[in-house]
Amino acid sequence: MTKTAAPPPDLAVTIGGLRLRNPVMVASGTFGYGVEYADVMPLAELGAIVVKGISLAPCAGNATPRLVEVPGGLVNAIGLQNPGVEGFIAQYMPFLRRRAVPVVVNIWGRRIEEYAEVAARLDGVPGVHALEVNISCPNIKDGGHVFGTRLDAAAAVVAAVRANTRLPIMPKLAPNVSDIAAFAQAVEAAGADAVALINSYPAMVIDVETRRPVLANVSGGLSGPAIHPIAVKLVYEAARAVQIPVIGIGGVSGPREALEFLIAGASAVQIGSANFGDPAVAGRVIEGIADYMRRHAMSSMRDLIGSLNVL
Amino acid sequence: MQLETSTVMEHELAGGDYRLLTLASQRIADAVLPGQFVSLGLAAPADAILRRPFSVCDAGAGRLTILYKPVGRGTRAMLALRAGDSLSLLGPLGHGFPMPPSDAAQPPLLPVLVAGGYGVAPLYLLARRYPRRGLLFVGGATGRDILMTSAFAALGWEVHVATEDGSLGEHGRVTTPLDTWLAACEVDAKHDFFACGPTGLLHAVAQRAAAGGQRAWVSLDRHMGCGVGACLACVQRLNNDGEKVWGRVCKDGPVFDAARIVWE
Ligand SMILES: Cc1cc2nc3c(=O)[nH]c(=O)nc-3n(C[C@H](O)[C@H](O)[C@H](O)COP(=O)(O)OP(=O)(O)OC[C@H]3O[C@@H](n4cnc5c(N)ncnc54)[C@H](O)[C@@H]3O)c2cc1C
Ligand SMILES: Cc1cc2nc3c(=O)[nH]c(=O)nc-3n(C[C@H](O)[C@H](O)[C@H](O)COP(=O)(O)O)c2cc1C
Ligand code: FES
Repeated sequence: MTKTAAPPPDLAVTIGGLRLRNPVMVASGTFGYGVEYADVMPLAELGAIVVKGISLAPCAGNATPRLVEVPGGLVNAIGLQNPGVEGFIAQYMPFLRRRAVPVVVNIWGRRIEEYAEVAARLDGVPGVHALEVNISCPNIKDGGHVFGTRLDAAAAVVAAVRANTRLPIMPKLAPNVSDIAAFAQAVEAAGADAVALINSYPAMVIDVETRRPVLANVSGGLSGPAIHPIAVKLVYEAARAVQIPVIGIGGVSGPREALEFLIAGASAVQIGSANFGDPAVAGRVIEGIADYMRRHAMSSMRDLIGSLNVL
Repeated sequence: MQLETSTVMEHELAGGDYRLLTLASQRIADAVLPGQFVSLGLAAPADAILRRPFSVCDAGAGRLTILYKPVGRGTRAMLALRAGDSLSLLGPLGHGFPMPPSDAAQPPLLPVLVAGGYGVAPLYLLARRYPRRGLLFVGGATGRDILMTSAFAALGWEVHVATEDGSLGEHGRVTTPLDTWLAACEVDAKHDFFACGPTGLLHAVAQRAAAGGQRAWVSLDRHMGCGVGACLACVQRLNNDGEKVWGRVCKDGPVFDAARIVWE
């Protein structure tokens, strides 16, 4: 066989008007504010960075222990500790703004008005490229998850955020609902530009010797390889139900899992827990997707996204 | 902070169940400061998600040594590491012990090290680099938990040992010989404490430092996620001018001024 120098595959994707150089982002809560990992994972190589969840006022989060490793996964209950939207803008945006990486700010609130206010505050802040609306955190007592498991509440949060920002918005869905397609459609109708899924799955670990829950919060959210096949099915169903781009999250720890999401119909993916084990994993995934596209003679992401063969 | 693929150079028994693992590391070994740690990315167990954090016990000339005890699935899998095996090394991580400038006009205060278990590890690197020799108080459940004392003695440090079963050194906790020594000190004697070990030990040192108007630097051990300050799993309550704040043990620590810690 003669080798011809095929042009390198184009990994660029557009998510709600936001152009990403490749479809690989790092997930909220697992990459801090970028500064923490920048020495070992050049931020400019990422498709985008999604920062830790931001609320209107600073939040102290849960008591400790907050995280435990289980076979194939992690269960966390950090409790959305963050410096509040003003603290975030002052402490972290000067650093992020100077990096050539799209910044997606993950936002949350205990009431719908809080989501709306955080969104309004971030609109127009230089360097903020999009908002990921967390309606699915399993780790706070009120709000959060409640919005993500009730159709009307999910739509109401998204509509309120939509009314307060010109930025692209991508609600982040909870996995533990009976009909994911209905949620994806509800947020699309409420004005979402894309939809991200999944957040961690509600979970609990018990220390049998002490008969106490391991996490101070009693329960938390399961992430990592253990949830990946669950996420693939939900992404597949969501992608078939909506016109807006879907972002696949859950258990990506190498190129194969990312490719599964893309083939299932996701336009981009996020890497969460795997950053902890290999801080440079995102680079490996980007390289692996490009390799795959070369091997399968694909020139653009359009050839790959939603390319599932179902008999 | 750097990410390296490093190679096992030596892996040997250090006494009791503890092992000394020496890794080839060009950039991290030369950059690490006493009290900083590294995290190891292990190939086994295959389903482990997290890296494992270890204090750096010795470093220099392209070599880095950790002292570890097999306690769970990750550290037990480490027992199988052989010379030539490779593993992923991330570091140096965190903030270590404050080191007096080597060109200071006055010699630093007498350093008093207090260790339990693997706590001797970061203190050994400190002892090797500190501009003044001092004392080491080390405690453990049995003589099998007392490690590296001859290495400290070889550096010219005065070593005091206590074991809870009396099998080595004084019978009791490390505070037994420490209190005897403190009681014999001049009333206005000044020294600095450096401690690493179980929380109870660190708290005991902090109390003695506070009572004597001395400073104590303690190295905390918390379950970690990322080890670099990104996930907020490892937080510890700190006093910040009367206000209680969270500090990240991996990034703001693991070494803290004991007076800042909210002991719970
Ligand atoms: C800053 C720092 C420095 C350390 N230095 C040393 C050292 O020099 N020598 C040494 O032997 N040990 C040290 N430890 C403890 C060491 O990290 C744990 O013993 C090790 O992670 C246990 O892993 P495992 O898989 O065997 O245990 P498992 O219990 O199977 O681990 C499950 C999870 O719990 C975590 N974990 C379990 N025990 C501890 C612990 N005591 N501290 C923190 N995380 C824990 C593991 O990292 C893992 O994420 C240090 C810990 C920290 C935070
Ligand atoms: C320690 C930790 C903190 C997280 N914090 C947030 C958060 O603040 N907001 C959010 O929307 N998701 C958060 N998540 C969920 C992740 O963004 C992601 O949806 C989930 O972990 C699944 O992806 P993974 O399997 O690749 O980790 C967090 C996850 C972990 C492990
Ligand atoms: S372990 Fe992640 S912030 Fe400390």
